Amino acid sequence: MTAPIIQIRDVSKRYDVGRPALAGLNLEVRAGEALAVLGPSGSGKSTLLNLVAGLDQPSEGGVTVDGVRVDTLSEAALAKYRRERIGMVFQFFNLLDDLTVEDNVLLPAQLAGMPRGKARTRTAELLEHLGIARHARAFPGRLSGGERQRVAVARALMNHPPLLLADEPTGALDTASAADVRELLVELNRTGQTILLVTHDTALAASCAARTIELVDGRIARDIRTAAR
Amino acid sequence: MSALGKVVRAGVGRRRVQTLVMTLTTMMAVTASVLAAGLLVASQAPFDHAFAKQKGAHLTAQFGGAKVTAARLAGTAHAPGVTAAAGPFPVLALRPRPGRNRFGMPADDRLPPMTIVGRATPGGPVDDIDLVAGRWATGPGQIVMNEGGVPFDIGDQMTFPDLPGGPTLTIVGVAKSVGASAEAWVSPAQLAALTAPGRTPAHQMLYRFARAATDAQIAADRAAIAASVPPGAMTGAASYLKIKLAASRTSATFVPFVVAFAVLGLFMSVLVIGIVVSGAVSAATRRIGILKSLGFTPAQVVRAYVAQALIPATVGTVLGVAFGNLLSIPVLGEAEHAYGTGTLTIAPWIDIAVPAAALTAVAATALVPALRAGRLRTVEAIAVGRTPRAGRGRAIRRLLGRLPLPRPVSLGLATPFSRPARSATIAAAVALGTIGVTFGVGLAMSLSDIQDGLNRRTPGAVVVLAVPPPGTGAPQAADPTAIAEKIRAQPGTRRFFRTGQTRVGVAGLAEATTVIAFRGDSSWGSYQMVSGSWFSGPGQAVVPSGFLNATGTHIGDTVTLTGDGRAAPVRIVGEALDLHEEGMTVLTDDASLAGLGVPVAPESIQFAVDLRPGTDAQAYLNSLNAALRPLGVSAQANSGEVSGVVVAMDTLAAMLTLMLVAVAGLGVLNTVVLDTRERVHDLGVLKALGMSPRQTVTMVITSVAGIGLLAGALGAPIGVALHDRVLPAMGRAAGTRFPAADIAVYDVRVLVPLVLGGLVLATAGALLPAGWAARTRTATALRTE
Repeated sequence: MTAPIIQIRDVSKRYDVGRPALAGLNLEVRAGEALAVLGPSGSGKSTLLNLVAGLDQPSEGGVTVDGVRVDTLSEAALAKYRRERIGMVFQFFNLLDDLTVEDNVLLPAQLAGMPRGKARTRTAELLEHLGIARHARAFPGRLSGGERQRVAVARALMNHPPLLLADEPTGALDTASAADVRELLVELNRTGQTILLVTHDTALAASCAARTIELVDGRIARDIRTAAR
Repeated sequence: MSALGKVVRAGVGRRRVQTLVMTLTTMMAVTASVLAAGLLVASQAPFDHAFAKQKGAHLTAQFGGAKVTAARLAGTAHAPGVTAAAGPFPVLALRPRPGRNRFGMPADDRLPPMTIVGRATPGGPVDDIDLVAGRWATGPGQIVMNEGGVPFDIGDQMTFPDLPGGPTLTIVGVAKSVGASAEAWVSPAQLAALTAPGRTPAHQMLYRFARAATDAQIAADRAAIAASVPPGAMTGAASYLKIKLAASRTSATFVPFVVAFAVLGLFMSVLVIGIVVSGAVSAATRRIGILKSLGFTPAQVVRAYVAQALIPATVGTVLGVAFGNLLSIPVLGEAEHAYGTGTLTIAPWIDIAVPAAALTAVAATALVPALRAGRLRTVEAIAVGRTPRAGRGRAIRRLLGRLPLPRPVSLGLATPFSRPARSATIAAAVALGTIGVTFGVGLAMSLSDIQDGLNRRTPGAVVVLAVPPPGTGAPQAADPTAIAEKIRAQPGTRRFFRTGQTRVGVAGLAEATTVIAFRGDSSWGSYQMVSGSWFSGPGQAVVPSGFLNATGTHIGDTVTLTGDGRAAPVRIVGEALDLHEEGMTVLTDDASLAGLGVPVAPESIQFAVDLRPGTDAQAYLNSLNAALRPLGVSAQANSGEVSGVVVAMDTLAAMLTLMLVAVAGLGVLNTVVLDTRERVHDLGVLKALGMSPRQTVTMVITSVAGIGLLAGALGAPIGVALHDRVLPAMGRAAGTRFPAADIAVYDVRVLVPLVLGGLVLATAGALLPAGWAARTRTATALRTE
């Protein structure tokens, strides 16, 4: 069995007075695993994703990703962590509208200081692999939702992150585009990419993830493993 | 509270940074405008201001005490044209001797004749005297001195040994009469006690007239007074116009640079208010869409957003008026000291006009984007608010992305192109700030150079006066030849020359002119030249600009000096920088005066001594003083002078420059805050992709750095041009031309930092929002739409 890439120990997160967003959560995700996190609105799904991404800090407990104790990092170290160890895909793509597809994908590499030639080669590879090479010079506003999400995935994979975080990646897409993205995620996981997927969509979870957890009121209500997809 | 009121209050309260910046910026703009406008008004007519405040006398008339009665004189208050009169006051011209005093004046010296008036109180319908220090003389043995006269301080004494009983008076106060009605005041009873047996004090009457704007009007008024008293009773009369002329020369020198700052301040105020208000309204476009979707009418939307701009602007305006008036106290204090014309304050109408203009500008500026917002279709308003307009500057962004620059830098450099209008306003604010700094720095440097130039009137490290120092009791000036021998024999003396003054006539001029005669090689210690050269021998002369203006002569012309019935022509070879005696002096070799028979006054002789390099000045002074002691004179270190006018100008210029810079910085700050708020979602994305806090700061700073550099490069030459126009105007007002070297103060070492100053200003303004952007929580930023 492979080592855990995500280790979450006794994590709680409180924003204000009232019920915590996460309450004493424990979770391990193995390298190469695709884990889907399901749950109703306010169950703590996005909070969990933000903690793993280092976008937020737990009130209690610890989050370790790829051997890095994320909750203790400084802002600068978190930036480095996000560059090198995770890639993020958002529901609304979060592409920079003023940059071309190519420049959007290049960004993580440029921020990480990757040599220009190497970064361009990797970009071309990704765009080609994800079937959007013909849009390299286009601006995101001209692409369909599915194509934009492919650009977002390409950008997320730019620095070869060991962990891909996807937050409702099909939430803003039509059925055909959603199916397209679903296939892409399955394909990525098949090649060994660890994926943490947060979604409402049980069909997406079932098709992409070998393991599904359901959060209710900040706690894991169910943890289901599928033997084979 | 109405729905509109709630919306306005929420808008003001929720956007705290913008509200604060708008309040501060309006405050700074109004403060600078109040100060600049107040000073401008005050400097335009400081004499008139002080004269009106003191109800100064248009005519100070003196009447023979034995020729007209006090009652008859009191009746002249009803002479034609007289609107107010004070007096008669008894007046005497006496020559006291200094008694105990802290200025070291010898007790047995006779002071020049002093006009002493007997007045019971300083106030009255005319010449309401301003008591500067101490109290009024009300009892025996007390006297009040006019400020700026013989250097007595409160507590000092003067004696009148020639009078019966040899009375001694103690100075109990210092006062200022704008019309210079007397040199000292005592109580009427004390004046009677100062009157020698058999003498009758003269009468002084002070008049104000309905028409007193010109010499001719004053002459007519004077004739009317003279006609109402016995012939010959009026023994003298002085018009206020002469004093006004002398006073306005100093104040007029202030006007050109204060006007320059006021104009810059005005532009800056309008610009910054425009930046702040249109920024605030455009940032709230989405909110406008929501309000309209809830049923707000376009007119309500317009009113809401104009009000939202006006509330912080009103707070800032009120604070600005208060600060402007507070700051004016020390600033106008310096100016009034320099003007020498009494207490100056901000004119009340400025406290009303400036806020009214500022709030009108705010309302007008807010109205334009508010009207646009009011006309927006609801769905468009929401869409515009949700997504900043994209599409502009994409080509530049792509181009910059290809350059071998760190990505945060290229992203930052491209930012201005997506909001060209906003970038232009930042550039304008920084450029105006740079113009102000460039002008202010140049002004200070020029004034310093001019001060140095004026100080070259007394060159050398050591000065020896031929007159004994005060308090030594030595009766007369020492023999200059003996002094010269002592100086020559002193080790460490490198070179020296001597000067002496006399008064000669100049053909074509009614009044005698001071000649400063140089003996010895004075080429090393020449005055700063405006043009031409220093004289090189007898028959040549150097004159200040004032002399050339008054005589209509030019370099190369010959003027004839006259004295004792004889004439000596001298050729003008140079124009020197000198403001003494209104520039009406002639500088020439001692030998040029040989034929005139008007020797220099012995007490005016002084030596300028230059020391050999490496000579210890203090040891030299000690040694020389030991040698000079038998002659009764002493040497002093030449410490130069610092003009109060120059200090006042420097203070004013520094304060106005700082205000301009602060307002420019706040303008940049507000715009970057606005920009950062609009781009907060993009910032969240970039941070989620791994942009570090340092990279975030770099990106935000770079977004204004290019503009700052460009604006600095634009503003600095404009500031230089402004300086080069204003300085000569100041010179003309002072009655001189300034040497070109004193105006050409901007060399590369000065210009480069000034150009970079634009960069620094823009960066300083962006630092705060850059830090805020770096600290923004990524998760929060990503949720922001």
